Amino acid sequence: MKTDRVLHCLVLSVIAIFLLFSATAPVSAQQKNIILATTTSTQDSGLLDVLIPIFEKKTGYFVKTIAVGSGQAMAMGQKGEADVLLVHSPDAEAKFVAQGYGVNRRLVMHNDYIIVGPGKDPAGIKGMKSTVEVFKKIAAKKSLFMSRGDNSGTNSKEKAIWKASVIDPEKEKWYQQTGLGMGQTLNVASEKWAYTLADRGTYLALKKRLGLDILAEGDAILLNIYHVIEVNPAKWPKVNAAGAKAFADFMVSKEVQDIVKVFGVDKYGSPLFFPDAGKKVEDLGK
Amino acid sequence: MDLIIEGIKKAFLLFINLDPEVINITLFSLKVSGIATFISLFIGISSGTAIALLRFPGKKIVVSLVNTGMGLPPVVVGLFVTIFLWRNGPFGFMEILYTPSAMIIAQAIIATPIVMGITVAAVQQLPEKLRLQIIALGATRSQMVWTLVKEAKLPLLAAVMAGFGGVISEVGASIMVGGNIKGYTRVLTTATVMETSKGNFDIAIALSIILLVMAFLVNLVLTLVQQRRRPN
Repeated sequence: MKTDRVLHCLVLSVIAIFLLFSATAPVSAQQKNIILATTTSTQDSGLLDVLIPIFEKKTGYFVKTIAVGSGQAMAMGQKGEADVLLVHSPDAEAKFVAQGYGVNRRLVMHNDYIIVGPGKDPAGIKGMKSTVEVFKKIAAKKSLFMSRGDNSGTNSKEKAIWKASVIDPEKEKWYQQTGLGMGQTLNVASEKWAYTLADRGTYLALKKRLGLDILAEGDAILLNIYHVIEVNPAKWPKVNAAGAKAFADFMVSKEVQDIVKVFGVDKYGSPLFFPDAGKKVEDLGK
Repeated sequence: MDLIIEGIKKAFLLFINLDPEVINITLFSLKVSGIATFISLFIGISSGTAIALLRFPGKKIVVSLVNTGMGLPPVVVGLFVTIFLWRNGPFGFMEILYTPSAMIIAQAIIATPIVMGITVAAVQQLPEKLRLQIIALGATRSQMVWTLVKEAKLPLLAAVMAGFGGVISEVGASIMVGGNIKGYTRVLTTATVMETSKGNFDIAIALSIILLVMAFLVNLVLTLVQQRRRPN
């Protein structure tokens, strides 16, 4: 029976693949793996693709990068399911450290948020300096606004601005939540002629396909600050504390800071991030 | 429209140039989904046959549960597997979250009910008389079961295809339990999601096309086996 033979071959080859797999599967050396929970912007911008291989080569650690929103990254840290965080949600981070979940929070870099929208600018916000006024105007004109709605760093910033504007947009018809990452939210905003708050890096990376212009920028409230935090090993003994420290040290090292300074210049004409290691948050954007 | 043509061109270029990253991702996708399907065949065919042949109270409920399981949402599987495999979860000691093994487990859980459901249907549609005849010819119980499974092998190949198709195209569980780690747990579907959010739509389209072509080739081989004229 020929069919049987083919079937046998098929089964045998699958078994062969299986054996091969089990033989080559990397042995899980416990203290050699680091779980890095980070925001999507560091991955989507391509920065980590440059930095991680350098770190791995230098130290021999294997970094498992899990790119999620800052909110989820901190939730992972809170459960001891990550070793080190690279996030951009300062208020939530301060709380995270104060509650003892994280230690040794250090400033790494910053860029800024921008308010983008359709070129026709139905709410007439173009060039306005105060972000709070921009949000108030969008609300007054009931112009469509897309929110990430995912507790990410960008979403937290947006909520903070709404709060500062004394507006509660949650139940408004013109306020819609995508629950998606920055890139996808920009796509949705572009398709729906809506306004949204975006980090400059992701916007620059996607700009060529978007029908969105930068309408407001430069306000101090729009700073987007990235910190590295080591998850507290005292709370979770399984955390790879040595690996986390090595990675955090690496992120604030001169080598990385020099890479960050020029990263993106060749592709977008301007850097995506500004290195800040050793500086104070209060001095940024001055 | 230009974008799609661009994507097709890109797919072609990536493949012609044997782009090492794309080749690795493609082979890795095949490996993970292949092994997961293989595991699901073992569990699915054996338990599916048992469910089909045995008479027991509540059988209809079990069969409907299996049939419901055929539509098990991958994200739900991903979520539960993640929670179980957390360092501080019940199976945390295994330390396999964000590894290929975790992806295989999740995909096997997704594929098993599919294989099981089709097996139940395939074995149940065999004529009752066949079973009596095999027993009458003096076969032992295990010989009888084996003959029935062989008799149902054409629909069982459909089970292989459905199971494999289900897991190779699945993204929700893979991204949750695998983490889409470059060079380690990145498969075609998770890479497509990532490239889309990066705005690299051409690469995303190229990856989708590679995924489709690969799924087609695997199914073509299986279909050729299935549709082969049976010797008399």
